[in-house]
Amino acid sequence: MNLALKDIRHGLFRFVLTCFGLGLLMTVVLSMIGIYNGLVADALAVVKAPAADVWVVESGTKGPFAEASNIPLTTRDAVSRMPGVAEAGAINFQNIEASHAGASLRLYVIGYEPGHPGGPQSIVEGRGIGTSHFELVADRKTGLLTGETIRLGRNRFTVVGLVEGAMNAGGDPAVYITLSDAMALQTELDPAAQRVQAARGAVSVKSASVAAVIARVAPGADVELLTATVRQWKHLAALTQAEQEEILVSSVVDLARRQIGLFLAILLSVSAVVIALIIYTMTMEKLKQIATLKLIGAPDRTIIGLIVQQALILGASGWGIGLVLILTVKDYFPRRVVLEPFNVMMLAGIIFAVCIAASGLGVRAAMKVDPATALGS
Amino acid sequence: MADGEILIDVRGVAKHFGEGETRVDALRDVDLQVHAGEVIALLGPSGSGKTTLLNVIGCILAPSAGRVTLDGETVFDGQWLRRDLRRLRLDKIGFIFQTHNLLPFLTAEENVAVVLDLAGWSVEKGRARAGDLLGYLEVDHRAAAKPALLSGGEAQRVAIARALANRPRIILADEPTAALDSKRAGLVMDLLRKLAAEQEACIVTVTHDEKIFDRFDRLIHLRDGRLADA
Ligand SMILES: Nc1ncnc2c1ncn2[C@@H]1O[C@H](COP(=O)(O)OP(=O)(O)OP(=O)(O)O)[C@@H](O)[C@H]1O
Ligand SMILES: [Mg+2]
Repeated sequence: MNLALKDIRHGLFRFVLTCFGLGLLMTVVLSMIGIYNGLVADALAVVKAPAADVWVVESGTKGPFAEASNIPLTTRDAVSRMPGVAEAGAINFQNIEASHAGASLRLYVIGYEPGHPGGPQSIVEGRGIGTSHFELVADRKTGLLTGETIRLGRNRFTVVGLVEGAMNAGGDPAVYITLSDAMALQTELDPAAQRVQAARGAVSVKSASVAAVIARVAPGADVELLTATVRQWKHLAALTQAEQEEILVSSVVDLARRQIGLFLAILLSVSAVVIALIIYTMTMEKLKQIATLKLIGAPDRTIIGLIVQQALILGASGWGIGLVLILTVKDYFPRRVVLEPFNVMMLAGIIFAVCIAASGLGVRAAMKVDPATALGS
Repeated sequence: MADGEILIDVRGVAKHFGEGETRVDALRDVDLQVHAGEVIALLGPSGSGKTTLLNVIGCILAPSAGRVTLDGETVFDGQWLRRDLRRLRLDKIGFIFQTHNLLPFLTAEENVAVVLDLAGWSVEKGRARAGDLLGYLEVDHRAAAKPALLSGGEAQRVAIARALANRPRIILADEPTAALDSKRAGLVMDLLRKLAAEQEACIVTVTHDEKIFDRFDRLIHLRDGRLADA
């Protein structure tokens, strides 16, 4: 006869409610874990997308993400001629505030050279950029649809394709345009401002440049050697892909990551205390029944079984409900929520440990209870 | 009926609670023998030590001094001589409490069967015996009900069935009829007598209920923790 299950069934509504409450708490914990992972994954998305091996940037900078980097466009030719380089492409990045469907839309504009590395990875809808001007490929999160047009700077661009998961470290969705369009966009101002500038006699307000040249090395080529070679050019610096990722995580999103990390730690501690309290209270409420069980001759293992099984059922359902809820809602978050099986299993491990520890407290109280208390009316 | 073997043999048992100024002598030098088939009543004013004596016999309380022998086995002699007192209770002792103390999350039948489950009976056998006992106590129509839905008398009879389930030879009852009307109280006592005779068990009952005094083989009076002859 399984007493734990019978007792649960007896107070089913309350037990389910408790499980559900715990499940909601676990949803919060899991979404925090997901947000944390998402933050890191988002930050890396922009670095990982071009599938580069080496980033050539302005000397003395950790660009183009952590710091501004400007290098001449001609660098691309120089880099692509270096030994070991399979292909190279120049890219630049800029944030702009466009307006679309009556609302303002923050976009992260990536300019790349079609036919060179740096463009969108895989088009999920429509096609890639075909002509050299006024076409763009947008991330789905921009809300743009293929065939729509949007004004960037002075020109209207047609959305020809959609991608997914392209954004900058701040979560602004990306659009891809050709490098020449991007450089034009970078230097141009709206006509009114330009007239003012011209009247003042300013020749050029900004000069166009590229932010970085990314290179893919040939199979078997030495990346270290390549970066060392690039560094010999005084005006250039080179970062490997791993270094670039490291910079992103340790400097660009570091504060946000630590902020969420600490919050997550607090949240986990609070959850542990809540789970422990629920289980402990559940046992305390049953002390009289436990005394009765002792009186009629139930051995310790029956009583321990009752407490531990209920604790584990509670923990497991809380975890399960939390998991189902987060999987249901995670795509509605404005930024990415990334849950790895490892995280989910780790949470299960933590809940398991907390349940066992808390039922240990309950078991201790249960072992101490005097069977005579069952007799007191 | 006092000719069966001795099932309860209490010798020189004393029990006090606390020390110094707060010391209460609940039992002083109590000697009591109860034979198989015997049904006896423990009487006495409130605080005279009736419950304490019952708890000592039921191995729930350790006496301060004395010796307790149950069904031929000396279980206490200055100290407990047996380690697994719960197993002893499961096998030899049935308790009937004033408040029935059924487990609220089990049905009437399961409340009886749980004892047999603990004693290692198979599920079917346990159910069958529980059903038989409930039938015998005329509450089998309530077998599937949870204790909260039983009347006081029904619950008490289920509790009696539970106390009897594993055929204990020593049945201890603390005011078992307090929750019952006098007619039912009489019936319950008749039943306990019948069971005692059939199972060669003995029954020790604490009671204040004068209407059922005639159902007992012996009346034992306690006063200030001492036995006083009737
Ligand atoms: N756990 C305890 N700690 C201290 N004193 C106790 C304890 N249990 C009982 N006593 C005291 O021992 C004495 C005998 O108590 P007991 O419960 O045996 O009386 P009783 O005859 O059953 O009374 P009643 O008819 O009211 O149930 C009382 O004075 C009581 O206060
Ligand atoms: Mg009493």
